[in-house]
Amino acid sequence: MPSFLDIKGDIISEKEEIIEVEGTILEALPNAMFRVELENGHKVLAHISGKMRMHYIKILPGDTVRVELSPYDLTRGRIIYRKK
Amino acid sequence: MIIYKSEDEIKIMKRAGELVANVLLKLENTVKPGVSTGYLDKIAEEMIVSHNAKPAFKGYLGRISKIPFPGTICASINEEVVHGIPGKRVLKEGDLISIDVGVRLDGFFGDAARSFKVGAVSRKVDKIMQTTWDALNDAVDKCVAGNRLGDISNVIELRAKSNGYSVVEDFVGHGIGRNMHEDPQVLNYGPAHQGPLLKKGIVLAIEPMLNEGGSDVEVLGDSWTVVTKDRKISCHFEDTVAITSEGSIILTRPD
Repeated sequence: MPSFLDIKGDIISEKEEIIEVEGTILEALPNAMFRVELENGHKVLAHISGKMRMHYIKILPGDTVRVELSPYDLTRGRIIYRKK
Repeated sequence: MIIYKSEDEIKIMKRAGELVANVLLKLENTVKPGVSTGYLDKIAEEMIVSHNAKPAFKGYLGRISKIPFPGTICASINEEVVHGIPGKRVLKEGDLISIDVGVRLDGFFGDAARSFKVGAVSRKVDKIMQTTWDALNDAVDKCVAGNRLGDISNVIELRAKSNGYSVVEDFVGHGIGRNMHEDPQVLNYGPAHQGPLLKKGIVLAIEPMLNEGGSDVEVLGDSWTVVTKDRKISCHFEDTVAITSEGSIILTRPD
């Protein structure tokens, strides 16, 4: 007897829920945090991903970056890519 | 949380599964035009009780159901996908009936379903039955420790889509053991190489449900019977499979 699909089940990976958007760096804050203005005008506080930190990728105000957002907290993000 | 079963527990589940297989065999020989689904239900119940087991579905309360399930078997004809309530409906020549049987024996559940032809059927009924059976066997072949749950879901979807059928998305297979429905959910669609890792001791009820038309289904007013939204035919097969260190055992097929 089949059971009714429960969407809270563990089959849907959390990765699918992440939103990716582009934005521009407004200012650099301490601890490798940045204030980023997204394409839609929202301003979020974003930290730099560990992988970028490992490779010493520098980010300056004015750079265009790709940011990951979690749907649970849309005021914070994670910078995953700096565009040239 | 996935509950792993010991070898001894799987032995008990094998006995429960064999009873289910024998009940289905008996029903297969009884299905013919003119027989009512209520009669099939009665035969199944008598047989299960005489083996000191209990019908697993009778009195079961699903998450979306308002009333406990009244029957021993689920009898779903043509456009009925699953959870059909057995009763006065009489089988007609050309019908496609899916019969789902579950038992509880010594604390463990066995669960399986077969689709049967009533008399001579059209070629489209023949084809959907063959494809659904193939999909179940594809899925069983993927039940090897080291594969992932998504591999099972993926082969079912592939087999269905490559033959032009859709799969039901709102109802899914399940883990089984001391409860009829346990984690994980076994979807009939999805990407391969994802989901929980299959390990020795996992027991799954795999149940492909294929529709001739669209994948949308709805539940009728009795709060159980699931039908296709476009009322095109649907087919359902199910087996309970245990994953072992040497591969897998299909618990609900005779040796």
